[in-house]
Amino acid sequence: MKGEIVVETRGLSMHFGGVVAVDQVDFTLREKELRCLIGPNGAGKSTFFKCLTGQLKPTFGDVVIRDLNVNRAHSHEIAGLGVGIKTQVPNVFEGLSVQENIWLAARRFHPAARARSLVEETLDRIRLTDIRRETVNEISHGQRQWVELGMVIAAEPWLVLLDEPAAGMTHEEVQLTAELIREINKTASLIVVEHDMQFIRMIADKVTVFHRGAILIEDTMDVVAADPMVREVYLGHRKK
Amino acid sequence: MNRTRENSWLILIAVLGVVFLIGAPQVLELFTIINLTTAIALALLALSLGLIWGFGGILCFGQSTFFGIGAYAYVVSAINFGGTSWAVVVAVLVAAAFAAVLGYFMFYGRVSDVYLGVITLTVSLIFYNLMRRTSGPEYKIGDAQLGGFNGMNAPPLNMPGDASWILFPEDVFYVAMAALIIGYFLCVWLIRSHFGRVAVAIRENELRAELVGYDVRLHKLILFAIGGGLAGAAGVLFANGVGRITPDVFNLYNAALTIIWVIVGGRGTLIGPILGAFGLFYLISSLGQQASINNNLVLGVILVVFVLLVPRGIVPSVIDLWDRRRGRRGAFARQGRRRRSRSPRKAETHHEG
Amino acid sequence: MDLYLALALQIVYGIANLVLISLGLAIIFGMMRVINLAHGEFLMLGGYTVVVSTNAGLNIWIAMLILAPLVVGIIGVIVERVMIRFLYGRMVDTLLATWGLSLVLIGLVTTIFGAQTATSISPPLGAIQIGEFTSSGYELFLIGVTAVLSILAYCALKYTRIGLIARGTMQGAEIASALGVSTSRTYAITFGVGAAVSGLAGGLLAPITGVLPSIGATYIAKAFITVISGGTAILAGTLSASTLLGGVNSVLSYITGPTMGEVGLLVVAIVLLRLMPQGITARLFRRSL
Repeated sequence: MKGEIVVETRGLSMHFGGVVAVDQVDFTLREKELRCLIGPNGAGKSTFFKCLTGQLKPTFGDVVIRDLNVNRAHSHEIAGLGVGIKTQVPNVFEGLSVQENIWLAARRFHPAARARSLVEETLDRIRLTDIRRETVNEISHGQRQWVELGMVIAAEPWLVLLDEPAAGMTHEEVQLTAELIREINKTASLIVVEHDMQFIRMIADKVTVFHRGAILIEDTMDVVAADPMVREVYLGHRKK
Repeated sequence: MNRTRENSWLILIAVLGVVFLIGAPQVLELFTIINLTTAIALALLALSLGLIWGFGGILCFGQSTFFGIGAYAYVVSAINFGGTSWAVVVAVLVAAAFAAVLGYFMFYGRVSDVYLGVITLTVSLIFYNLMRRTSGPEYKIGDAQLGGFNGMNAPPLNMPGDASWILFPEDVFYVAMAALIIGYFLCVWLIRSHFGRVAVAIRENELRAELVGYDVRLHKLILFAIGGGLAGAAGVLFANGVGRITPDVFNLYNAALTIIWVIVGGRGTLIGPILGAFGLFYLISSLGQQASINNNLVLGVILVVFVLLVPRGIVPSVIDLWDRRRGRRGAFARQGRRRRSRSPRKAETHHEG
Repeated sequence: MDLYLALALQIVYGIANLVLISLGLAIIFGMMRVINLAHGEFLMLGGYTVVVSTNAGLNIWIAMLILAPLVVGIIGVIVERVMIRFLYGRMVDTLLATWGLSLVLIGLVTTIFGAQTATSISPPLGAIQIGEFTSSGYELFLIGVTAVLSILAYCALKYTRIGLIARGTMQGAEIASALGVSTSRTYAITFGVGAAVSGLAGGLLAPITGVLPSIGATYIAKAFITVISGGTAILAGTLSASTLLGGVNSVLSYITGPTMGEVGLLVVAIVLLRLMPQGITARLFRRSL
């Protein structure tokens, strides 16, 4: 077992009207762990993710981050704990330059001088130094995803929550992203929601499979991939 | 670098402003100077809306409410204090505080910006109805009779600390012009500060700003209150320029006028709204000479034409045109393009609830 | 007893009045998510239609109940075709354009009829006696018209094809377009119907209030508050918000005079928005019309 528990949910449920999107999920993440959440469309992983990040308030149950109950916390308060968040749809400051985007994230928790050097460092890590002055709405989709990752890194979080970080990327970009995520994992715990199985193989340590709002199985990628139940749930849906 | 070009523009604006400040009373007649004071007050109001709408993305249709509140607060407290030194401070604070209270309900209730526009407009109209009904002798605050639709006479500014030293109209002009220049550069400083950059970030993407860890509601609230205070200061100058304050400051026409200055001048710039206010002020005064064309008609046509054909306003369009001719891509031009590409997408997200 | 009856009647009239001046706006808002800032001027045009045609010798009932909605409805369709349809999806620009339209209409009417009150007409139906209190028969008539209008709107939404489309649109524009509905035509009709209802309301109120080019401004504050507080469900929203706000307004007006009534209305609405930012019907009566 790795270190102490950093994220825990107890009986977490999210109902939309009559629809139960997340059904009494108990989940734990330990320090420096890298956990992938997978599952077919509509399995509830994105809703679960939104409950963790304060974008949705759970109907029942608790979300605990480092002994702090964050059920009713706003997203900015959760971010304020040192949590870096990347959403499914690339969420960037469209009209601002790449470096301005990164700076806004770095400056939130650091004084001006430190923020400036963090911007340089981050631009280097996400390999966008060359286009630092470009406006974000003029760069490619993959690069925008990296800008968002850069904003996550620049705040120097100890916990990172990523929703489909590799979506819409070229094969090469996916590999670079995987590298970046493993690097982030050296200093932070991670939860990554992903669809792309190949990508998960590149980064995964332990995988949690969601199905119909609940956790189906939780194990290493090899075990999960071999599990007949998972294959049926996952591939059965895929074929359709 | 773009910042350099922006800075040289700012220097040019400062120089022109100061030349105007010193030169105008030397060459212009007193009547024109008094008129100019009013125009400057309106320009400051336009600046306040340009700040919160153009940079904070706060769609306030009732910016003239804070303007009117500032003007009324100034007159009422000047009458009660027997001098204007503190009345100016009270006016700005009351306007800012009212904006803060209203902003609390709107931003913490997370109303969408269409709602926000309509609510602020409604507040203005209700103030209009309210102040018109205050003609009875029972409606007074301290010694100040509110005067219903006739309004109240505004005591002229005096030298700070000396209520017996009343300023001449030329002096009031100096004060107004200085206030406009200072207000302008305060806004420039604000939008370049960390706070201002966060405000622009929130305009671009609220969710991302929140996920990065900024309290969106609080930032909007503070910006809104600053805009309210600035509009309140403009109200003080207006009361001095006109010499009277009536409930008409709260009416639909003035609310529309404020929006039109900013749209015509250009959102996303600070000088645009100021120029818009000056330009329309002189257009309307020259229309006022004849009776055949109604002001409402002219303003309405201007508003529709700009929304349909020049949605970004004059200043950003001119800068863009200039840049294209010079084959240069400047910071201003970027700002302009961004606004256009942003608006349709933003519109879709307005009403998802 | 008579006092309570008279007071109750006053409250019901206050509510009906709010429904009447808000319904046209609510129809357009519920269907198109557009707040029509020229709403007050649609009411004003309805008023002018009635006053001008009655003074020209037309029967006042025909002028109010047929001509006013017809004229303003046609104007609504024209406005939608030449202006609004270019701005769909640009919510803020639509708002601004309708504001421009509002100014244009005020300007045009002022140019044609002058800035002063046009020759007024007196309300038909005299006073009626409730014990020692008198009440206006015309106000009772307006309550009746509002009730009929609400029932008509309910039936139209529930039983007609356009009502079905409207209900789909109210649930979300995607659903409507998934149904293969021509949104363009629906929007034109909606805007026309909304305008017609506003014209009817303006016409009905003209005998009480008189007409002025700028009279729209006295209606719109209340109408905006009602519609925003109500939310997007056209009928349930307007009725629930009108009941709450109209009730507060009438009671406060009765106790302290009309000034505080209006302030109370605003304060209640703003506090309500803090609690229910999407309006009453986003929280309560969610599946209603």
